[in-house]
Amino acid sequence: MEALIKKRIKQVLKGDQDAFAEIVEIYSNSIYQLGYRMLGNRHEAEDIAQEAFIRAYVNIKSFNQDLKFSTWLFRIATNLCIDRMRKKKPDYYLDAEVSGTDGLTMYSQLASNSPLPENELESLELQESVQKEILKLPEKYRSVIVLKYIEELSLNEISEILDLPLGTVKTRIHRGREALRQQLRYV
Amino acid sequence: MKCDEEIVELMHEYLDEEIDPENEMILRSHLKSCKDCETLFNEYKRTIAVVKGTSRMQAPPNFTAKVMASLPKEKKKVSMQRWLRNHPLIAAASLFLILMAGSVFSTWNQEREFSVSKQENLVVQNGTVIVPEGEVVKGDVIVRNGELRIEGEVQGDVTVINGEQYLASAGHVTGQIEEVNEVFDWIWYHMKRVAFEVIDIFNEGEE
Repeated sequence: MEALIKKRIKQVLKGDQDAFAEIVEIYSNSIYQLGYRMLGNRHEAEDIAQEAFIRAYVNIKSFNQDLKFSTWLFRIATNLCIDRMRKKKPDYYLDAEVSGTDGLTMYSQLASNSPLPENELESLELQESVQKEILKLPEKYRSVIVLKYIEELSLNEISEILDLPLGTVKTRIHRGREALRQQLRYV
Repeated sequence: MKCDEEIVELMHEYLDEEIDPENEMILRSHLKSCKDCETLFNEYKRTIAVVKGTSRMQAPPNFTAKVMASLPKEKKKVSMQRWLRNHPLIAAASLFLILMAGSVFSTWNQEREFSVSKQENLVVQNGTVIVPEGEVVKGDVIVRNGELRIEGEVQGDVTVINGEQYLASAGHVTGQIEEVNEVFDWIWYHMKRVAFEVIDIFNEGEE
């Protein structure tokens, strides 16, 4: 696998753009997945994954071929996700007035019989509640947890991707694990 | 939580798969004796299993195509190379043509030297071949890179390649007179010769 990737990268470096398609094909699911678990919606996940591959292509000359390509690609994608999370502000607040209406808030836009968030949580499938809990984690725990348990990467790789000492990665995983345990132990 | 942080730390070491055998023994014996820690440990394991068990997301079906369409355009040279790779037959045909042309031109260049077909009665002076007055030359006369002056009689065809021929008023040629000067004429002459040779071979075969 790594050998194939290395071969394709060499072709891309020679200017053969089509060789990059195979690289995209191989990693598209895991990068999209990373975006989805970090950002919480499909649209942004696709956006960030596309951006990550384009950046990888544009900067391919700066990739050190002695290293693992996936680590480098994950670093680009993770950084994009973290940037997006930091900049991200809620699109709207439920209690903000809807423009052009007189005193109408977003609460009134919701269907009156829709269940309250608390009740909703109970009826949600396990999948969705896990996703929700991951999204509740602060950014620094969320990235390590996603990389470790969704992408199933080693602690060393995570340390390289996030450019953090191994000890810091471990501490964050422990804290993230503890936070998730408290939320998910009864599901 | 009654148990100290040390045991929790061992649990994390275990979950990180970095626990050494000695500590694993300590952890295991503790878990057997302590119900609270056992529950905590199982909750950790269950949490991990649940997170790991989330379904794997698939990128949208046209994802790769979208990415490829958004990349900056590549250089011409490479797309040309790839085109050749994808059309091997055309590439082979063009290569053949190039080699053919190359060999034809190199033969053209090789044959820059003066030469004349060997016949009796032909006189050669400073790159000019003369058929002297009153003499009869039998057979085809071929002159390369030189001039031919015909004052006598040639019983056969006359071909001058890359040169000129003068037929004096008294001179006489029984066959055809041909002058080949330009490269394309020369190629045409070659092709005709090959064709005639082929016909000859067939004729001989029939006899």
